[in-house]
Amino acid sequence: MSPKEPESQPILRVEGLRARIGEREILRGLTLSVNPGEVHAIMGPNGSGKSTFAGVLAGRETAEVTGGSAALDGRDLLAMAPEERANAGLFLGFQYPVEIPGVGNLYFLRAALNAQRKSRGEEELDAVDFLDLAREKMRLVEMDPAFMNRGLNEGFSGGEKKRNEVLQMAVLEPRLAILDEIDSGLDIDALRVVAKGVEALRHPKRSTILVTHYQRLLEHVVPDVVHVMAAGRIVLSGGRELALELEKKGYAWIDEEAKRGAFAEAAQVSP
Amino acid sequence: MTPTEASLLAEALPAPELPGFAAHLRRTGREAYGAAGLPRTDLEEWRFTSLAPLASQVFAPGEPHARVDLSALDRQLGPAAGPRLVFVNGRLRADLSREAALPGGASAGSLARALAERPALVEPHLGRLAKVEGRALAALNAALLADGAFVHLPAGSAVAQPIEIVFVAVAGLEPSASHPRVLVVGGPRSEATVVERYVALGTAPALSNAVTEVRLGEGARLDHYQVQDLPPSAFYFASVAAEQGPGSRFQTHSTALGAAIARSDVQARLAGEEAEARLCGLYMTDGKRLVDNHSLVEHATPRGTSREVFKGILDGESRAVFGGRVRVLEGAMKTDAHQLNSNLLLSRDATVDTMPQLEIYADDVKCGHGGTVGQLDADSLFYLRSRGLPLARARSLLIYAFAREMVDLVRPAALREQVGALVAARLPDGALVREAA
Repeated sequence: MSPKEPESQPILRVEGLRARIGEREILRGLTLSVNPGEVHAIMGPNGSGKSTFAGVLAGRETAEVTGGSAALDGRDLLAMAPEERANAGLFLGFQYPVEIPGVGNLYFLRAALNAQRKSRGEEELDAVDFLDLAREKMRLVEMDPAFMNRGLNEGFSGGEKKRNEVLQMAVLEPRLAILDEIDSGLDIDALRVVAKGVEALRHPKRSTILVTHYQRLLEHVVPDVVHVMAAGRIVLSGGRELALELEKKGYAWIDEEAKRGAFAEAAQVSP
Repeated sequence: MTPTEASLLAEALPAPELPGFAAHLRRTGREAYGAAGLPRTDLEEWRFTSLAPLASQVFAPGEPHARVDLSALDRQLGPAAGPRLVFVNGRLRADLSREAALPGGASAGSLARALAERPALVEPHLGRLAKVEGRALAALNAALLADGAFVHLPAGSAVAQPIEIVFVAVAGLEPSASHPRVLVVGGPRSEATVVERYVALGTAPALSNAVTEVRLGEGARLDHYQVQDLPPSAFYFASVAAEQGPGSRFQTHSTALGAAIARSDVQARLAGEEAEARLCGLYMTDGKRLVDNHSLVEHATPRGTSREVFKGILDGESRAVFGGRVRVLEGAMKTDAHQLNSNLLLSRDATVDTMPQLEIYADDVKCGHGGTVGQLDADSLFYLRSRGLPLARARSLLIYAFAREMVDLVRPAALREQVGALVAARLPDGALVREAA
């Protein structure tokens, strides 16, 4: 599917975003716009700040924002609590989903959905309607329903945890999904399922950002735009072919170029 | 004796007529209490728990005939599944109780009546386990012995329904004290569940000083619970002393939710081979409250197993003390003992003193202990919030998840429900959090 005619404003607009963890500056003036209907991929070497960026957008407090702006549908994301961002339609798929024994998977998913619906003034789903919805989405991500009665991610393998992230995304139907290394540690089967979940969410009014180190996922989910991140900024943006080029050339040259200062703010390449 | 100490010896009713051994227990209790006085912090076992907040008060003896609204009581306790004995300020109140015939010749009723009608059943056990020498609170309880609950389980009897024993402390307008007493005698291969519940009515501080003695014969099984849900002004003391015969299994589980000071002393002596003891506890404190759990598990014979898990949730400036002693006597080889105390601190000002102590005088034993003091996990909190759960509910969910292991250890389903509800009720959005289970 190709991107539709952009609506009047992008879903996500990030400008000059800066953030640090402790004394170390991780994001150094990151600028990015994502239009409705688009799937973006953010690639880059380890340590380039990809995961920090994903976390900052969702409200993770480990990094401190020191400058710039980020808006979801024109609303200032940075002023919102994590739950408010979720209610505004933002979803972060975690690289390392947390295990929480004692909180049931299914209960949690329903509580989350209803918290979001309530905040939007929509009616909450009762147990029966919710179960129908959850079953449908479990089929989509090929999840064994028995898993739903366990504690949240309790005893799940790496692949099962990622599948559970995609299930949550499919149920919550966010306006903007940011999937942080959703492909890491997945075998080919799980990768296919994750891709299916992302594709199912494609919609002219929704957008997705795939944060990934490898090109592999992009064989299954074709992005509209590919960005390359280095040293806390987006230094290259292009079409799908950029991902292939990176796969061939590796990231070393990006790092070197970045170190030489080749990617000055004004000189961002836009093939 | 201080005015407070002296006030605690007063009795609401004239001393009952008792058989000789019981009268003797009262006398020795009175002497031991007189000699020791209330525990002070120079005692090792009371190092972290000061009873100073008591010392400014004078307690009247709790009035056993106080008016109690049965329907209000039922609302507070939830429906009774089986027999329910209700004691008001220590004395059985037939008008509030639901007595039921038990199978296999088992009985649960008034200790006073048993002392009058069947003293021979009581004599070998009463006061034999909860020693009074040097133990002021148990001594005070003995000094005022008048009534209590007596659960008698003949050999081979099995009572499926939980036997519920409710101690209502009624403190109307002035501080008042009561001294609940429970004796459980489980004959060989008997099986039963005994639930003690502690509640208070009235506005003045209520002091409840309970003693429970449990004697289990060969192969007997007893599931024992104490659920304490007193108001924050109350004082709660509970001593549990159990002696286990060969192959017997004893689980005691305490839920301590209220009281300004809640102090529990649990002792289990594995006197017969291959006995198994489980000591469990869940406590929640806030404000300036204090909860103190002391325990002693004594392995006296070979191949015994003991497991101890205490979990606490502390908010405000509250404090928790855990003193867990495991003693493996000479010859008690192949003992397998483990002890765990985990605490969740919700505030910077809450403190925990946890002191596991292993005394091992035997070879070839497996003993371990562990403990944690931690805060709510920031990553977990963020994960829940990132899905749209408000901060307060995300916190409550994680707190409940921490407590849930202990709630799940409550075997009778109705009681498990009630304990879960009591825990959740202390959390914001508690009703919603309950569904997490």
